[in-house]
Amino acid sequence: MTTADTEQRTKLREQIRQILNSQEQPTITVLSSLIAVQDSIHYLPDEAIKETATFCGETINEVWSVASFYTNFRFAAPGDKTLDVCWGPACHVLGAQKILNSVHSALEINEEGESPDRKVTMKYNTCLGACAQGPVIAINHHLIGKQTPESAAKIARELRGLDG
Amino acid sequence: MSTSFEELQARATKRWEELTSGESAWIRVGGGTSGQAAGSDAVLEAFKSSVEETGVNANVSMVSALGLMYLEPQVDILMPNGARVFYCNVEPGEAKAIVEQHVQNGEPLVDRAFAYSGGDGSGIGNLPELNSLPMMALQQRIATRNFGDTDPHDLLQYVANGGYEALNRALTEMTPEQIVDEVKAAGLRGRGGAAFPAGLKWSFLAPSDAPVKYVLCNCEEGDPGAFNDKGIIENDPHTLVEGLIINGYATRSTHGYIFIRTGHELPIEAARKAIAAAYEAGLLGKNILGSDFSFDMEVSLTGDSYVAGEETALMEAIEGKRSTPRFKPPFPAAAGLWQKPTNINNVKTLAYVPEIVRNGSDWFKGIGTETTSGTAIVCLSGHIKYPGMYEIPMGMTIRDVLEKVGGGVSVGERIKVLQAGGPLNGLLGEEAFDTMIDFDAMSEAGASIGSGGIIVGNETVNVVDLLRSLIAFNQFESCGKCFPCRLGNTHMLEILDRMCQNKAKSADLELLNRVGLSMKAGSLCGHGQLGYNPIASALKYFGDEINSCLAGEIAPGGVFGDGSMILPTRTRP
Repeated sequence: MTTADTEQRTKLREQIRQILNSQEQPTITVLSSLIAVQDSIHYLPDEAIKETATFCGETINEVWSVASFYTNFRFAAPGDKTLDVCWGPACHVLGAQKILNSVHSALEINEEGESPDRKVTMKYNTCLGACAQGPVIAINHHLIGKQTPESAAKIARELRGLDG
Repeated sequence: MSTSFEELQARATKRWEELTSGESAWIRVGGGTSGQAAGSDAVLEAFKSSVEETGVNANVSMVSALGLMYLEPQVDILMPNGARVFYCNVEPGEAKAIVEQHVQNGEPLVDRAFAYSGGDGSGIGNLPELNSLPMMALQQRIATRNFGDTDPHDLLQYVANGGYEALNRALTEMTPEQIVDEVKAAGLRGRGGAAFPAGLKWSFLAPSDAPVKYVLCNCEEGDPGAFNDKGIIENDPHTLVEGLIINGYATRSTHGYIFIRTGHELPIEAARKAIAAAYEAGLLGKNILGSDFSFDMEVSLTGDSYVAGEETALMEAIEGKRSTPRFKPPFPAAAGLWQKPTNINNVKTLAYVPEIVRNGSDWFKGIGTETTSGTAIVCLSGHIKYPGMYEIPMGMTIRDVLEKVGGGVSVGERIKVLQAGGPLNGLLGEEAFDTMIDFDAMSEAGASIGSGGIIVGNETVNVVDLLRSLIAFNQFESCGKCFPCRLGNTHMLEILDRMCQNKAKSADLELLNRVGLSMKAGSLCGHGQLGYNPIASALKYFGDEINSCLAGEIAPGGVFGDGSMILPTRTRP
């Protein structure tokens, strides 16, 4: 590891400690801490697991068991934007599978994950909560309803800076 | 009545009068998650800048959603003369014209509106009165009474419409026991799905004199097709906060938690702001409204996990652990959150409580059916003409909800299948549409009101494919603690997957049944116990279709591509 790497790691640890310490709600737990870190830096690096363990007085094992259980947590930096596509039964009835497929093509992937240019991370969502506007997608948690395979693919390509 | 509450009410009345009967027009843009998905944020900005540009005298606010989600983005304008006109499917580009013609020139754009209310009684153009629309007239709005009218982030608007009167009455005129009795007499049954009598449940906690006791509000609401819990919180959070405080007082509890899944930004923000405003107004904290009752409340966030909605798994999540269900007994009333006595209720259950206390149990008991009093808050989605959230009295038939409220099928020829009450409940076919909505009648039909979500499918929906989608959800969401559920759902998904790809084996139906029985017998919570429900009910209503699929004759319609399904690859370790 180079000196620059070590410096960056130290900075990251400090940043995480600051996030953990600035949680405002009265009840602070392993889960609330992990949510706070991911809300702020969008993933859980190794340092987040270790710092949360120290902060909460838990073992690293215990923190990992929580982090790996909840499917919203991710352990590598995501792309610049996150694109959630609903695959739950309500959107399924309205053709969500075709939308998943067209977004895969637009992002050049064949499962959840990052487009090769790392501009977009695609995530399947079980229900975004706006079923009346289905099929629904979301860019960085902001919902957009009434999608078609074409409109969703266009949005996905635009997020990559490509022509719709 | 305490002085502090009178002062609060006076401020609230003043605020409401300023908004509704002053010199200014009031432009209200319907918000909420569904509104956001339809584009209401951009519409709000467009109206704000149009008002600024034209210089008209008007307030512009984002308010709660009316519930008629097919009309979103939805905007209404209340003029100083008291007439209110409702516009639908508004584009940001139309804002300026609407402001100029309606607010500045006093000529509503009748062609772009769908209803009016108020005014001098002479009506506006040919517009129908809002409450004469069937999807409004058939509703009886209790928990959703403020929808479309008030800004969810303004405590004063809630108080101006009768808010916190029930809490004040409870604290000044009633004992905790009287409130529990009132909730019992109202016949209020839990709206989370299990339909357990709420008053009885509260009475388990009330007698304990432990120094710390918890009341929890469950808004995990992971059911696809259901958005009424989040809907209540984001559209009228104070009705829930008030309900939870009364729940706390009635059970002599000390702390309340509102439990929401992370990522659902609007309900989380609304709950947090409502709690902060309630503290500031002396409605939470020490000696509420000058009484000797003290109570604290906060929002607790969970990560993505459907099983976190199970009551004991929810407690594990608040404690910051993996949300897996606990063994019972001990039951929550004896040892719940952090092993302290705990009572847990669904959002909708608590949202009725202020109105029950305010209007009395007889009033509530008089609504709905013999065994299920009150209303059902149904969420319509899928192939339905008027998707949205509607609060209808219990006892209405499914057919009336679909045809009269929902307007019938949106595309295609007919409604073939319903998925009601979430993915652990059943599918219903047309024979069941005359069932009335009521906990007992629905469960006899093989479904449940459950969460209130009704996903509608037309004749193109392939039942086996829909089943696969439901079981795929259940498989993905199994917490993994009990292996019959973890393995059983995986096994059922494999079988349904090969059925959809025309590779079914003749013994598959029997195999599904055996797996389902093992899950029922060997799982700690409903996730495994009820996991076979969708298949059992589908066999009842769509047996022919399933059997022809087993015979290798799957109908091609509704199954995508080669019959395979795109599924998440990441599952719980």
